[in-house]
Order: sequence, then C-alpha cells, then structure tokens
Amino acid sequence: MSITEHSLVIRSTTKNLDRVRNFVGRHATAASLSPSDVENVKMAVDEACANVIEHAYANESDHVIEITILTFEDRLVVRLRDKGRKFDQETYQEPDLASFVRQKKSGGFGVHLMRKLMDEVEYRHLDGQNETLLIKYRDAS
Amino acid sequence: MSEFSVSYRASGDVRILDLNGELDAHTASELESAIEKCKEEDTVRIIVNGKHLVYISSAGLGVFMAFIEELRERGGDIKIAALRPKVYNVFDLLGFPMLFDITDTEEEAVTRFSETTSD
Repeated sequence: MSITEHSLVIRSTTKNLDRVRNFVGRHATAASLSPSDVENVKMAVDEACANVIEHAYANESDHVIEITILTFEDRLVVRLRDKGRKFDQETYQEPDLASFVRQKKSGGFGVHLMRKLMDEVEYRHLDGQNETLLIKYRDAS
Repeated sequence: MSEFSVSYRASGDVRILDLNGELDAHTASELESAIEKCKEEDTVRIIVNGKHLVYISSAGLGVFMAFIEELRERGGDIKIAALRPKVYNVFDLLGFPMLFDITDTEEEAVTRFSETTSD
C-alpha cells in the first residue's frame, strides 16, 4: 500500500508539460526527495509525457494522460497511463549522439534520458492501455 | 504553458542568442525558428547564451543536434555558453560536451570564434 497518492489528468498537448513538471515537483518535494532527485523525477516525467504526446497520440491533443504519484516508505513511483499507440520495446535501440548528429536528427533521447534519471523504468501494454512506471528509491543513507 | 523566449545580439559576424526560461517539447520550436532565421541571414556562427535558461529537456537538446552538422559544413558552429549547472548536467548526461563546444562564459565562446577566421 502506498502512503500517499496524487493524480493529475491532462490533455495530450505539450502546452501542459509545465503543469506536469510543477505537479511532480510539488509532490516529490513533499515526499522528502532530495532537491536533485526532485529535478530528475520532474524531467523524467516530462520526457515520458512528451513521448506519449508525440508517439502514442501522434501529436493529437484531444486525448488524455493520467499521471499518478505514489509514495512508499522506500520509494516514489510515478505511473503514467494513456490509451495511445503501443511502444515497441523490441525494436527500441539505445541512441548514439554522434550518429544522430550526422543524420541531423532532432529526437530520440527521451527513453534513454528517462532511464538515466530514474532508478527503474517499467513499461507494459494491457487491455489497450499503456502504463509506464518511473521509480526513484530514497537514499539508502 | 512554459515560458521561453529568445533574443538576438550581434558581435561582428557572430550572432548571439540569449535564451530565457524553459526549453521543452512545447517551446523547442522557438529556438528552431531562431536558428533558422540566422541561417536565412547567412549567419552560421552562433553563440547560445544559457545564463537565463532554467530548464532543458531532450526536445531542446534535439534542436542543437539537428542544426550543428549543417552549420559546421558551412564553416560555422553553435557554441553553447554560460549554462547553469543544472542545465549543463543534462547536456553532460547525454554526452554533448564530446561533440559540442560548451564554454563557461560568452566571452570564451567569442574568443574561440575569433581564433578561427571566417571565409
């Protein structure tokens, strides 16, 4: 059982990304995460939402993303749910900056960044719904 | 909505872009337009001053990735200066310092451009 649970539901437009960051920042701070962990979680959730908007919903703004922050004794979990296109983990390749620059690519770092910023990132597709879990453990010290 | 703006200054044949606010998937197109404008004016030497940039996500970094090769092919570059530590950390996390010229101050970036003569 989580200690606290807070949800935010947004329309799938990048206009809402700052609202998402503020929401995450507020609750991650209230959950006593360190300032640098708060920043990392905010950014990871921003990346996750931007990916849902661009890829799962193909930049259509009339869909919904549900963001829920669950705090536990040892960790904070951000759960994202959307009903967009499935993310194909099988074909996902870790990005290489040098080759992206050569190809003049402007994206492709979101998932990589999420994994670098969080302790764990889990993804599943169930009953037509995507669910991403971003997990940050509290400092062991 | 995220607050972001770009303003322009010139130093010889170098265009300086001052970034202000939060550069995310919503505002990245504004930086893209600013660099496009430089290209249209045949300005290929660009310094991005990040002193007032408080946030960047991968969409913002993507703008630099998309333009750097073309500007270098045309004899120019994008040099990134005066980033706040929090923002620099994001560039660093993705290995940007290996491929991009990132300086502590705008003056250093100007000096580096003046060390390479323009065609």
